[in-house]
Amino acid sequence: MIAAAIVALLITLALTLIRAFMGPSIYDRILAVNSFGTKTVLFIVVGGHALGWFSYVDIALMYALVNFIGTLAVMRFFEQYSPHGERS
Amino acid sequence: MIIIGWLSDVCLLLGGFLVLTGAVGLLRLPDFFTRLHAASVTETLGAVLLIIGIMLDTGLMLDTAKLILLICVMFIANPTITHGLCRAAAHGGIKPAMETKSPMQNSTPSDSKNIYENQIQTETGVSGKAPK
Repeated sequence: MIAAAIVALLITLALTLIRAFMGPSIYDRILAVNSFGTKTVLFIVVGGHALGWFSYVDIALMYALVNFIGTLAVMRFFEQYSPHGERS
Repeated sequence: MIIIGWLSDVCLLLGGFLVLTGAVGLLRLPDFFTRLHAASVTETLGAVLLIIGIMLDTGLMLDTAKLILLICVMFIANPTITHGLCRAAAHGGIKPAMETKSPMQNSTPSDSKNIYENQIQTETGVSGKAPK
């Protein structure tokens, strides 16, 4: 069943990356990149358990925190962005 | 022990299915806010089910506490990101796609194409207003 979860996560990563490349607006791309990061955390957990890595949960935890801070920073930057080009 | 293995398998399968459903919704839905909905709702439960499945498979270790901490981090981080991204998009000029005709009628392909054109124009800065 871990193999099924890994295959589902790989398909999910591919679909999310398609949305990140073809997203019509900037917010779609931010959402897709955040979703990609969350799925990467899940992929590290499931794949690290399947491969018997030593301390995969620490890496996944740190990646989740970095993903949260990074998405928040990009989102706060583009919240000040108006469609006409000037900063408000 | 066998029951815990079955529970782990069920959690892993259900979590994989939910994560896959969220990705299909993220790719297929016509509007930004509906995409946000599809990504956030299934992502939280799918992630938690996958981590619970791994947790049941490993048994009681130090990693169990770290996985519980990871679930707590995801439960705090994902709604925060969803809320902030929705507010940023609403301030940035993304309009939700409103269908004013009939609620039971499906959107025609020309309507969804029009939605994409509006969002492309919003991104490139040609016009902030949605043309009718």
